[in-house]
Amino acid sequence: MSTARTFRGGIHPVGYKELTSGKAIVTMPAPAEVIVPLKQHVGAPCQPLVKKGDVVNKGQKIGDSDEFIAAPVHAPVSGVVKAIQPCKEPHGAIVQAVVIENDGEERLDPSIKPHPDLSQLDAEAIKNIVREAGIVGLGGATFPTHAKLSPPRDKKIEALIINGCECEPYLTCDHRLMVEEPERVVFGTRALMKALGIEKAFIGIETNKPDAIAALEKASAEYPGIEVIPVAYKYPQGSERQLITTITGKQVPANGLPMDVGIVVNNVETAAAVQAAIETGMPLIERVVTVSGEGVKDPQNLLVRIGTPIGEVIAAAGGFSGTPKQVIIGGPLTGVAQSDMLVTVTKCNTGILVFNELKKTNKPEPCIRCGRCVDACPSYLMPSTLANLSDFGKFDQAVEMGLLACVECGSCSYVCPAHRFLLQSILVAKQEVESELYKKTC
Amino acid sequence: MQDNVKNADTKLIMSPAPHVSDQDSVPKIMFGVVIALIPTLLASLYFFRLNALRLVVISVAACAITEWAFQKLRGKPITLYDGSAIVTGMLLAFNLPPTLPGWMAAVGGVVAMGLGKHVFGGLGHNPFNPALIGRAFLLASFPAAMITWTSPIDGLSTVTPLVQLQMGRISATYWDMLIGNTGGCIGETSALAILIGGLYLLYKRYIDWRIPVGYLGTVAVIALAFGQDPVFHWLAGGLMLGAVFMATDMVTTPLTRKGKWLFGIGAGIILMVIRQWGSYPEGVTYSILLMNAFTPLLDRITRPRPYGEVKVHA
Repeated sequence: MSTARTFRGGIHPVGYKELTSGKAIVTMPAPAEVIVPLKQHVGAPCQPLVKKGDVVNKGQKIGDSDEFIAAPVHAPVSGVVKAIQPCKEPHGAIVQAVVIENDGEERLDPSIKPHPDLSQLDAEAIKNIVREAGIVGLGGATFPTHAKLSPPRDKKIEALIINGCECEPYLTCDHRLMVEEPERVVFGTRALMKALGIEKAFIGIETNKPDAIAALEKASAEYPGIEVIPVAYKYPQGSERQLITTITGKQVPANGLPMDVGIVVNNVETAAAVQAAIETGMPLIERVVTVSGEGVKDPQNLLVRIGTPIGEVIAAAGGFSGTPKQVIIGGPLTGVAQSDMLVTVTKCNTGILVFNELKKTNKPEPCIRCGRCVDACPSYLMPSTLANLSDFGKFDQAVEMGLLACVECGSCSYVCPAHRFLLQSILVAKQEVESELYKKTC
Repeated sequence: MQDNVKNADTKLIMSPAPHVSDQDSVPKIMFGVVIALIPTLLASLYFFRLNALRLVVISVAACAITEWAFQKLRGKPITLYDGSAIVTGMLLAFNLPPTLPGWMAAVGGVVAMGLGKHVFGGLGHNPFNPALIGRAFLLASFPAAMITWTSPIDGLSTVTPLVQLQMGRISATYWDMLIGNTGGCIGETSALAILIGGLYLLYKRYIDWRIPVGYLGTVAVIALAFGQDPVFHWLAGGLMLGAVFMATDMVTTPLTRKGKWLFGIGAGIILMVIRQWGSYPEGVTYSILLMNAFTPLLDRITRPRPYGEVKVHA
């Protein structure tokens, strides 16, 4: 274990995973009302397929798009459509959402039926099931999975990597899923391999989860094409590019995609969702959410319906303990702070963290050029220099210095003893450059 | 429960990711350096008695007052709390000969903080090590006073081991040079005290080992090439103080690991050129200041290749 593979750079934040890692996943009852955003993925938003007053079934498709980079959304409960209205999604954007009043009947949509045995499905059929089930990257990035499974003809895919690193502190949803339902992950892995037409898959798991490694090694024992790879416990091990480098030694081109080096990466929960879509026919209407932090009375992992307001999820975990100062959707390093308890759980929601005090100071001091950000950057950039260039509007120079290789992990801001907003400055430059590129290409 | 949830809305703080950070801070680092300087302070007080106390107090006070005055004049927040003025004041004092008049030490402190740091915009913006700017200014302005040496404890007139080397008669023993029982600046004579502080800094990761190793290693290699004793060169003069506390100053040294190696090696070469051929016996100050000037260049030429950037075969 001590020789577990890893990448260069990165940080070692305190994990706090013991708060929830030993507790079995609990199913949270469906709420009285769900608010389902019509855009829960990277890509084009969905158009509603229902209107106010419609009666919908659990699992019924309620939004879809004609665009390729998009994923449909489904009714998480059976009930009546109360409204189609704008709502705030976790990243702060305002998107259209379908509000459904739960009738409590859990009436399944007739379209939901188990698909035949995996051996009878071909690649196209699997891709279609994945698309129709609305499956997106459940590690938080929410890139539509069917699009990842459809590389252009000239890109030869050699291996699938299943990401079970879960390198963010506090989060244990993937960990629990791997321990409790490893066979689902393995089934999903096999289905994804078949969809890609490949024989090789690696499951990368950090060495701080020996029980998950053991469970998946056991569950995958009879499939020689699937190899469990213990990887070092280090942030951001679960970043797609870093994990590819850890496992294969290859580097994804800065402006390219994993498929450029013959790799497709999917999260363990995505694999489990693929299993559910195939074996039960159930689309993606629920996911495991880690509710943790010292501001929650009873930290735990909950299986939550999409569209449940985060306030109710916190209540289901015993409610607040003390006075909350900060509520975060996602992990503490890449998550998004929330101000509204009515923001709902979407497909990206890996965790809900409640802190009773800020875990960092927001008062930046001058850079003392200690170089810790340079040592920590897993993309081998010089974050303090990039941030300076960005602050002075020298975006072209920032691009020359590798700006676009930034994976936005926040390791630089984490280690900065002067508490500078390095990531934010870099993000400003990235957004500026990407919007300029966008203008040029249009 | 619902009420509990709703109550929270108004008090939640929005801030950008990452929402957690390492526990270190600039004041913690600076006071860490002050702690690391304590063994050297004790050694200087033991060997140079009241002279050492006088110089340290005057130098630290001059640095602190100058920082306060500059920030007051510029209408900037006063940042004495970050401890960087204390570090500069102590390091300047340690680089002064024991009998230097107090007012000269005060001038050194004003120059170190004013010309060395605040004219560039304060902490983090100075290209040169402020304490060494102060010392270089004093060397140029008061050359006689800056090379007047007295022996430890009894305070009789003496010469430093490096002057002995120039004169071809080395009488200082390794032991004297290790513990600091030789002539020299008040904080440079005790290599042992400096090394204890250096180990603490390495343990706290407040300095990077590449610079002192590159610096001392290069000095040893060149000394051997000239048939001289590398251990003597390490222990003599201000090399140990410079290698551990001055050449490792974060602000004025390269960001990259490769750059740090080159910085140390370059400083070693310059130092030995001065010690071999210079008319002045010691060259630590100028070796570090000259390499400070190269720092932006070193950062540029040692910039790591970004992840995923295609190798260019020229």
